Amino acid sequence: MAILTKEQAQALLKKVLSYSKADECEASLNGSEGGNIRYARNAVSTAGDISNLTLSVSATFGKKTGTATINEFSDTALQRVVKRAEELAQLAPENPEYVPLLGPQTYQESINYIPATAAITPDTRAEAVAKSIQVSKEANLQAAGYIENTTSCYALMNSKGLFAYNKDTDVVFTITTRNEAGTGSGYAARGFNDISKLDTYSATKISASKANGSVNAKAIEPGKYTVILEPVAAAYMLENMFRGLDARNADEGRSFMSKPGGGNRLGEQLMDEKVNLYSDPFNPELPSATWSRDGQPLQRINWIENGVVKNLAYNRYWAQQKKVQPVPFPSNMIMTGGTASLDELIKNTEKGILVSRLWYIRMVDPQSLLLTGLTRDGTFYIENGKIQFPIKNMRFNESPVIMLNNVEALGKPERTISIESYRSYLIPPMKIRDFTFTSLSDAI
Amino acid sequence: MKRKDFLQLSAMGLGALLLPKSMLLGNPISAEEALYEGLDVSTKKLLADVALQAATSKGATYADIRIGRYLNQFVTTRENKVQGIANTESMGVGIRVIANGSWGFAATNSFSKEDIARTAEKAVAVAKANAKIITEPVQLAPQKGYGEVNWKTPIEKNAFEVPVKDKVDLLLKVNSIAMQGGANFVNSAILAVNEQKYFASTDGSYIDQDVHRIFPTFTVTKIDRASNKFQTRKSLSAPTGMGYEYLTPLADTHIPGIVTRYKGRYDILDDIKNATADVDQKLKSKTVEPGKYDLVLDPSHLWLTIHESVAHPTELDRVLGYEANYAGTSFLTLDKWRSGNFKFGSNLVNIVADKLQPGSLGAVGYDDEGVKCKEWDLIKNGTLVNYQAIRDQAHIIGLKESQGCCYAQTWADVQFQRMPNVSLRPGQTPLSVSDMIKNVEKGIYIIGDGSFSIDQQRYNFQFGGQTFYEIKNGQIVGMLNDVAYQANTQEFWNSCSAIADASDYRLGGAFNDGKGQPSQSNAVSHGSATTRFNGVNVINTARKI
Repeated sequence: MAILTKEQAQALLKKVLSYSKADECEASLNGSEGGNIRYARNAVSTAGDISNLTLSVSATFGKKTGTATINEFSDTALQRVVKRAEELAQLAPENPEYVPLLGPQTYQESINYIPATAAITPDTRAEAVAKSIQVSKEANLQAAGYIENTTSCYALMNSKGLFAYNKDTDVVFTITTRNEAGTGSGYAARGFNDISKLDTYSATKISASKANGSVNAKAIEPGKYTVILEPVAAAYMLENMFRGLDARNADEGRSFMSKPGGGNRLGEQLMDEKVNLYSDPFNPELPSATWSRDGQPLQRINWIENGVVKNLAYNRYWAQQKKVQPVPFPSNMIMTGGTASLDELIKNTEKGILVSRLWYIRMVDPQSLLLTGLTRDGTFYIENGKIQFPIKNMRFNESPVIMLNNVEALGKPERTISIESYRSYLIPPMKIRDFTFTSLSDAI
Repeated sequence: MKRKDFLQLSAMGLGALLLPKSMLLGNPISAEEALYEGLDVSTKKLLADVALQAATSKGATYADIRIGRYLNQFVTTRENKVQGIANTESMGVGIRVIANGSWGFAATNSFSKEDIARTAEKAVAVAKANAKIITEPVQLAPQKGYGEVNWKTPIEKNAFEVPVKDKVDLLLKVNSIAMQGGANFVNSAILAVNEQKYFASTDGSYIDQDVHRIFPTFTVTKIDRASNKFQTRKSLSAPTGMGYEYLTPLADTHIPGIVTRYKGRYDILDDIKNATADVDQKLKSKTVEPGKYDLVLDPSHLWLTIHESVAHPTELDRVLGYEANYAGTSFLTLDKWRSGNFKFGSNLVNIVADKLQPGSLGAVGYDDEGVKCKEWDLIKNGTLVNYQAIRDQAHIIGLKESQGCCYAQTWADVQFQRMPNVSLRPGQTPLSVSDMIKNVEKGIYIIGDGSFSIDQQRYNFQFGGQTFYEIKNGQIVGMLNDVAYQANTQEFWNSCSAIADASDYRLGGAFNDGKGQPSQSNAVSHGSATTRFNGVNVINTARKI
């Protein structure tokens, strides 16, 4: 059984810590259960079920820490893993940045565990995939997709009396549909804590509509265009920026958040005033962990407010150095928007490009956060408030910081997942002016 | 709560070609435990027979088992501090079967006969369940059994036998040279891998392999506070399929030039000294004027262009659509290959797939479905002639046997088609790098790999680099900054106008190349000599925020 209750986890960790003779000791449990199906060419290609529970023990003598993990849970095994961590600590070099463990903390219960998702069976996944394949076949398309569900538990206890526990559920579904001739392609991605919100049939319908709608794409000249980024495209751009919210990198002068002459950009108006970014583990659409890896409680925190940098993340060591309160990295990220639907954003656009999905985004210049990547699986030209025709995919070179200075309008935020990290965000569709495309791609 | 939530936003997506969302690295162990030899071969054979017997008795028409022990060691430092030392181990058994015409797979970390038999039965059950929704039964290329055989990476010094203190001392010395050279920051690391893999199948093979890889690396950073600019330079090391001897330079290791590069072995102390000086130059260098340039690409850079624009699009599973939802498909469709005259590149372009190349990351004796490894042509005199295939794909391109391209990240992952080493053959006639540069009127000489991006069918790409040197009228005249080149794969390779000879041939490589859902990681090398491409579009990447 990989998923432990709070009481089971507490009892187990208490026993582990009782075996420790170290100055400080921290033990954590990480359990997960779940499964996946991958399909292509309208048939299942692979499927798997995975279950695992791991105990990790970190022992510290002075400033020397050793870590050992194990996935056996007999008393002998527990004693062995503590002993091994302590032996490794004695051999380890001193960590000059070691910060003593936190004492007891108070956490609110998270809301990210949904029993129905935890109850998913291989049959549930197979049914979801069958619905998706049915849509693809009806539309004379080839489907390639992936569904994965996970139930996880995580618990942390230390020798200073801290105990934290959380349990969550998650299901992700991605679908790409292509026509037989390879001249049209569409995509949809969904991620939820609650399986009841996942509709693979309707998601595949959207993907199929994009696939058939993107046939006979025309080439247009690369250059600066007004774009409407669907949330799945916008999330992938912004995700690359969220990593830059680290105070240490900024203070050290090697981030776009560094201030000329030293320091960071806290308090500066860095983006358009329509931009508001915050994290909140209790958001009902995007619930997440209520405590950080080192046991700090997580609450709602504003990162960008009306375009001004309101907070940067300070780990406990760096906060100590800078004599400020620690600010842990968040476990989710939310961008506010307006009330307009995607269709309304299109309707209010004189000339522009609708971008369904972005692909292979990589950092070109960390100084300006310049990213490159391409559009994919449905790119359309808009004129006079209507989609006029599909266009060929293009490569962009753009910074999300510059992009967030060029915000024309934001739509209604919706939960979406990143193409690569498979992390979920709450992000609005965005209308951005002067988005820089630098070349054409023949890829479909 | 998932483990990935605890990685949090600060650690996402760093540093790999297409990183799997999670890496199964295993449990931390002591350095001494990493030297434990593991199960003996006779025990592995006994356990393998249990699995094969259990699978066939439940109706499998084919079965294979991989008993794996995967060791990793990471030593990471920053300036004068050791950031982390970790030895990890992952051990277990993966069983793959065909039943009712469909694949099934199951894995366990238990080595009891009962659990292995149960896992084999589970794999058969998965296959039978999947069989209900397959469109056609698996067609497996024939493979003879090799009996009991073994293969080992030909290393001189096992990296796991070298005391961690020696590695720490070396890396702190590297960092000290950088800091003495005026660096503001330096990170350095040595990563070592040992895959102990035992494969057995109902074909009658019992294959024991011991695979080693090593990757020493650093990044040095200098900051100009006045201008608020910073620049970095990465090491010019190539991750390699060698032991710790890779870090012991030989008399002919150094390739002299505007920057010293390294062949066969690596001199990390020499490279950090040069890198620290390079970063100074980068901070002072002029920004590039966009336009068409002849590009002279060093192997330390070109490996990545080969990887993205040749190695990935010649993967047959992409061509067929199995990666369509994630890593993408390929512009090298079957009709282009069938035509026999698809001009992928100029006549100079000869690209070979090779799973045997000494020192390469992908070198093994046998792949992860028991196929003996070999070398074959992908592009011959510029024409597409072949793909990379595994046993269940061979019939699609008319092959009588697999090309041996099957690999799984660990015992717990199902094996699937992964690229072999894919390399550009050197030029046939003597040509040095300086001779090549002499013939360039307006060009850029690029050393080291930088940013990289390519579309989902591998047509349009953009690459950066580590250092860029302007060439004017046959001479290198200074360093450039803010350089990236964009091209269409076919046009780019058709613009290939010169390739240096074998004396300049070197390997580069990827330690973690991601593919598949759930994503898996693979290590692979790409060799070339310095190569020139004419009239490539260069853009300026400088922006202000």
